[in-house]
Amino acid sequence: MDNALFTANNVWMMLCIALVFLMHLGFSLLEIGLTRQKNTINILFKNFFIICSGLVLYYIVGFNIMYPGDFNGWFSLSEVGLHLPDNGLTADYADAGYTYWTDFLFQGMFAATAATIVSGAVAERIKIGAFMVFSIIYVGFIYPISGSWLWGGGFLSDFGFYDFAGSTLVHSVGGWAALMAVVFLGPRIGKFKGKKIFAIPGHNIPLAATGVFLLWFGWFGFNGGSVLSADPASTSIVLVTTSLAAASGGLGACLSSFLVFKNFDITMFMNGILGGLVGITAGANLISPLESIAIGLIAGLIIILAVKLMDIIRVDDPVGAIPVHLCCGIWGTLAVGLFGNMAGIEQFFIQLVSILTIGGFCCFSASIILWPIKKFMGLRVSSKHEVEGLDIHEHGMDAYSDFSLNQN
Amino acid sequence: MKKIEAIIRKSRFDEVKEALHQIEVNFFSYWDVTGVGNEKQGHLYRGISYSTSDIQRRYLVVIVSDDFVDKTIETLIEKAKTGDVGDGKIFISNIEECIRIRTGERGTQAIK
Repeated sequence: MDNALFTANNVWMMLCIALVFLMHLGFSLLEIGLTRQKNTINILFKNFFIICSGLVLYYIVGFNIMYPGDFNGWFSLSEVGLHLPDNGLTADYADAGYTYWTDFLFQGMFAATAATIVSGAVAERIKIGAFMVFSIIYVGFIYPISGSWLWGGGFLSDFGFYDFAGSTLVHSVGGWAALMAVVFLGPRIGKFKGKKIFAIPGHNIPLAATGVFLLWFGWFGFNGGSVLSADPASTSIVLVTTSLAAASGGLGACLSSFLVFKNFDITMFMNGILGGLVGITAGANLISPLESIAIGLIAGLIIILAVKLMDIIRVDDPVGAIPVHLCCGIWGTLAVGLFGNMAGIEQFFIQLVSILTIGGFCCFSASIILWPIKKFMGLRVSSKHEVEGLDIHEHGMDAYSDFSLNQN
Repeated sequence: MKKIEAIIRKSRFDEVKEALHQIEVNFFSYWDVTGVGNEKQGHLYRGISYSTSDIQRRYLVVIVSDDFVDKTIETLIEKAKTGDVGDGKIFISNIEECIRIRTGERGTQAIK
């Protein structure tokens, strides 16, 4: 293999690492913007903890669990830490796509995303200690185990499951955990009273919007890097389908919001863009631009219906993490069986069974982590602390200490 | 001497300030306040409608000598009025004394 091509591929992959890293800032800003100012420090703290602990855990066990080489297809942990293989820095390692080090860091940046998704859904009421314990176990073990079943060459990959960059393996894995965590936690005080549903508006929409723009920007690396080389044909079509799905996801949500609520809701617009991005992630390299627009539009509609559904079933998700990452993640994974090169009834059922397998595993494992936390250390802050804010009670400080307009 | 307090719409503030300068009321203080009143503002967030009665207004305090009271009130009413619910209120009270810190002057001399 040409050495110059190897270098070019590796440079592209390292650029994608930086882009995926930036998505953590995007998630942080989105979560801050859509919640109240009294919980801002808490959200920033959780997001820093997720990326820091996630990366170190991925170094210790995660990478080895997720990519064990030859294994039984279910679980393997043969070594701890990083050990450079003999061919790790040569073109032989991964079809000249990248080096062993690049491989680790790119996958490591993905790993923390699953816990970030949970962070948004449980915002404004979870104990910081409980969240730390949960995210350590979930990112350290559950994410790489379910990831190994497909990307590590496990039984789902033999089964024929296809998930290009992680609609299911990253986004739904986070989404299922978010759903279970919210069910264990209960809604925020003041969200539901009797039969009435109350709005709890976010405190900084421009910050949330910055987060969404950054996430779209970072997704070029998330999907573009999942090509696993700088192959001109694949990377360029992937960036096109990714962007078109984001755009049509936003438009789909915008239009649905107007038809359903008679209102141009900016937060729905933003969730729609993210829904389109999550929806395209499973099949970004398989489909045509026109099909990506269809996937995005439907993802936008799903966002509106799912947000409405969350209110009806009394699930309080402040930032819309479950509609975006779980609902659109499922849609995107199923869409591989409906659109593009692999479409077919058989593939559709393979996708469906795999979604249910991963979903069952995630719900089960999230529950057995959350149950003892709730029982022995408490999952939720006291109502006094929740009302007065997690910033001052969990962290002893204010996010905007000498800047304040209306606090509520 | 009277203290004239007025709660007005922020959107009328610039015109009120200009008009007060024209009748030679050149010194006053103001700050932004949040109040509860008759006006209700409808909101819709993520498909849930809610209304808030918390409204944002600007609070002016003007201290004037007795011969300025009437024209100050007239100016305030003329410039702050839109005719819709929520135009605000004016309160008038007596001031016992006024002292300029720099010179120690008292009474109407100190107000100017």
